[in-house]
Amino acid sequence: MLLALSSDQELFTETTAKLLDELVPVGELRRLREDPVGFDRQYWRRGAELGWTSLLVSEDHGGGSIGEHGLVDLALVAYEFGRHAAPGPLAVANVVAATLSDTDHADVGLIAGLVSGTSLATWCLGEPVPGDRLGSIALDIRLEGDDVVLNGVKRPVESAAEADHLLVTGRTGEGLTQVLVPSGTSGVTVVPMESVDMTRRFSVITFEDVRLPSTCIVGEIASADEQVARQLERALAITCAESVGAMQAAFDMTVEWAFDRYSFGRPLASYQELKHRFADMKTWLEASHAISDAATRAAAEGSANAAELMSTAKAFIGDYGSELVQDCVQIHGGIGVTFEHDLHLYLRRHTLDRALFGTPADHRQRICDIIETQEEVV
Amino acid sequence: MSTTDNDREDLESFRARARSFVRANLRPVDPDQMVGPLRNERSDEQELQAVAREREVQRMLFDAGQAGICFPTEYGGQGLTRDHQRALNQELAGFEYPSRLQAPTFSPCAAVLLDFGTEAQKLAHIPAILRGEEIWMQFLSEPSGGSDVAAALTSAVRDGEEWVLNGSKIWTTGAWWSDWGLCLARTNWDVPKHRGLSVFILPIRQPGLDVHRIEMLNGSKEFCQEFLTDVRVPDADRVGEVDDGWTVGTRWMFHERMLTNSPLITIPAGMSHGGGTKPMTAVARDAGRLDDPYVRDLVGEAHMLEVVDRHLRRRVGEGIATGAMADQSAAIGRLFVGTTAARIRNINFEIAGAAGAAWTEDDGELAFAGSDFLMRQVSCIGGGTTEMARNVISERVLGMPRERSQDKDVAFRDVPRSATTRS
Repeated sequence: MLLALSSDQELFTETTAKLLDELVPVGELRRLREDPVGFDRQYWRRGAELGWTSLLVSEDHGGGSIGEHGLVDLALVAYEFGRHAAPGPLAVANVVAATLSDTDHADVGLIAGLVSGTSLATWCLGEPVPGDRLGSIALDIRLEGDDVVLNGVKRPVESAAEADHLLVTGRTGEGLTQVLVPSGTSGVTVVPMESVDMTRRFSVITFEDVRLPSTCIVGEIASADEQVARQLERALAITCAESVGAMQAAFDMTVEWAFDRYSFGRPLASYQELKHRFADMKTWLEASHAISDAATRAAAEGSANAAELMSTAKAFIGDYGSELVQDCVQIHGGIGVTFEHDLHLYLRRHTLDRALFGTPADHRQRICDIIETQEEVV
Repeated sequence: MSTTDNDREDLESFRARARSFVRANLRPVDPDQMVGPLRNERSDEQELQAVAREREVQRMLFDAGQAGICFPTEYGGQGLTRDHQRALNQELAGFEYPSRLQAPTFSPCAAVLLDFGTEAQKLAHIPAILRGEEIWMQFLSEPSGGSDVAAALTSAVRDGEEWVLNGSKIWTTGAWWSDWGLCLARTNWDVPKHRGLSVFILPIRQPGLDVHRIEMLNGSKEFCQEFLTDVRVPDADRVGEVDDGWTVGTRWMFHERMLTNSPLITIPAGMSHGGGTKPMTAVARDAGRLDDPYVRDLVGEAHMLEVVDRHLRRRVGEGIATGAMADQSAAIGRLFVGTTAARIRNINFEIAGAAGAAWTEDDGELAFAGSDFLMRQVSCIGGGTTEMARNVISERVLGMPRERSQDKDVAFRDVPRSATTRS
């Protein structure tokens, strides 16, 4: 998280943290483990009132940011989500709302519903193997007269069963197309999946000859590539900030444990072997804060190096964050791998985020692609 | 007179001035001619020529008002901000710059003078440093001491208005072409180690001070060891109080851990670890393996580490500057740069394949992979070991209990020592 917040941002962050403390304390997260939706719609609306769903939406559409950039503000929310292992499809809900705002979607009532939290939308991006690598999209979208027809499979799609609308990213020839599919449309099959997270729910969605009027296309047909790239940067910014929040929570908890826990008459914090591991973890944690903030800012400003920084952040935070959180488990010993202890809430959240929107390995490949392209330009 | 916010040059006009100066006066750097860290590539004559050119460039920067950006104006600096320094760094990307004058001359040596020097010392040396006339070395480490720098055995004995120094200092980079030394010495053996130290400044080229060049395992002779025999230093050249040298030393090591993150240091933006070795894509291309997905993964990782390092240093630098982070957090940047530079050496070596073991001059950048790998640990040793950085982070930043030591509350002369230094 940023070192220096404006007073408005500070207040916003505190209010978000307070609401999460109040509505989704760890006891509630444990209860939601058995809940098929994973979150309460009333909770989502309360968050929406604070601004969780409106920061990327233009003022014309009822949104607006706290500071200079809505994405920077939203990363503050995401960080608190990570620190609290909070429920709710924060990344995808915001991505869809932002895209409908960006493309001046005709149904202003729908955007208003997403902003107020009364309606929910999700983004269908990932696909099954072999199309599961970052950037490979195969779902077929074609025009037939005034209709648009979708065929293909998306997974994992977050909160699919609960969403009122699905923003589907597919391929039309060489270019990408996006279609907003109302839930319950004929030909759409939703099959729930299991997930590592306590409260976040995912599904496989099959689109079989799903036919809709072409007015459901978001943006232009076969020319959504730039918009999809933008969506990915936003989802990555939110995911990275949330991951850093989860790392921070696990780290703080483990530092406290190291001071309180005695073995052989000494606190764990007095053993140099462990102190040195805490030093490494602290370093990775600060590095994760630094790169997450830098990448988010670059994406918010539309900088030329936004993609490079975002992939750097996702690759680094994924790999080093896993090492950090797993070492927190190790330092806790046996209690660290029990359900009773809270540490796994943050381990789960970091693990989920690491695997969504491209693994560290995917992003290292993307970094290599990007710097090779930059060299060609020079 | 100090500069106020109102009459300070604004960032954009400064940047424009820096840009036109750099482009009109400095030579672009040919990446093929760049020399890696501690590589044994130059003859002594070439090294001396390079030093002379860097002094010249420093003088040009000084004359153009581009030297000592964050140094006070009363000592010849510009009295500007970190942002101005960053702007200069950005404008210098791809151009020559006085790399040998940065560390340790500007930081920690000049930084320590600014913190603790007398007015006369600052006036005598800071402007000369900014003009490129004085290159400084840290006479800090000793052969007996390793990381335990406060256990210095070099002694300073008072003789009227002078001090007489005897002992040996080590790990000074390029002392054979440098001018001044900042020296930590023991002035009292009858008190615990931290309470019997004092700091002095002294010219390196003088009778009684022998500079011996150390050959590193790869043949580099950048590092030196000095032998001081009855070196006389006037009391006016003492920095800080007598026996209070550890107050100076603590701050000295803070500046050292800041490395290139210090606002007193100029370093072209985007400079990679090892001060300008080629990008990893070039290494992979020279190896003919840029199409190999595994190699592309490694290239991505190396680039990731360099970018993260840059942003971490920026975060820690700003955190310390604004007080959001403790000064001791400088060790965080030091630890990260050490371990990641070592990892990047591994990656380089892995990509080079068998050319890391045996090469010809046609192998391009691969020709360095093997000996760079042999020297890998330098990044985790030089500038304070990563183990010391881990102690500082855990004890001073996280507040964990200090390591037990056998030298507390004991007169230094009674502290147990290594077998080789017992007398």
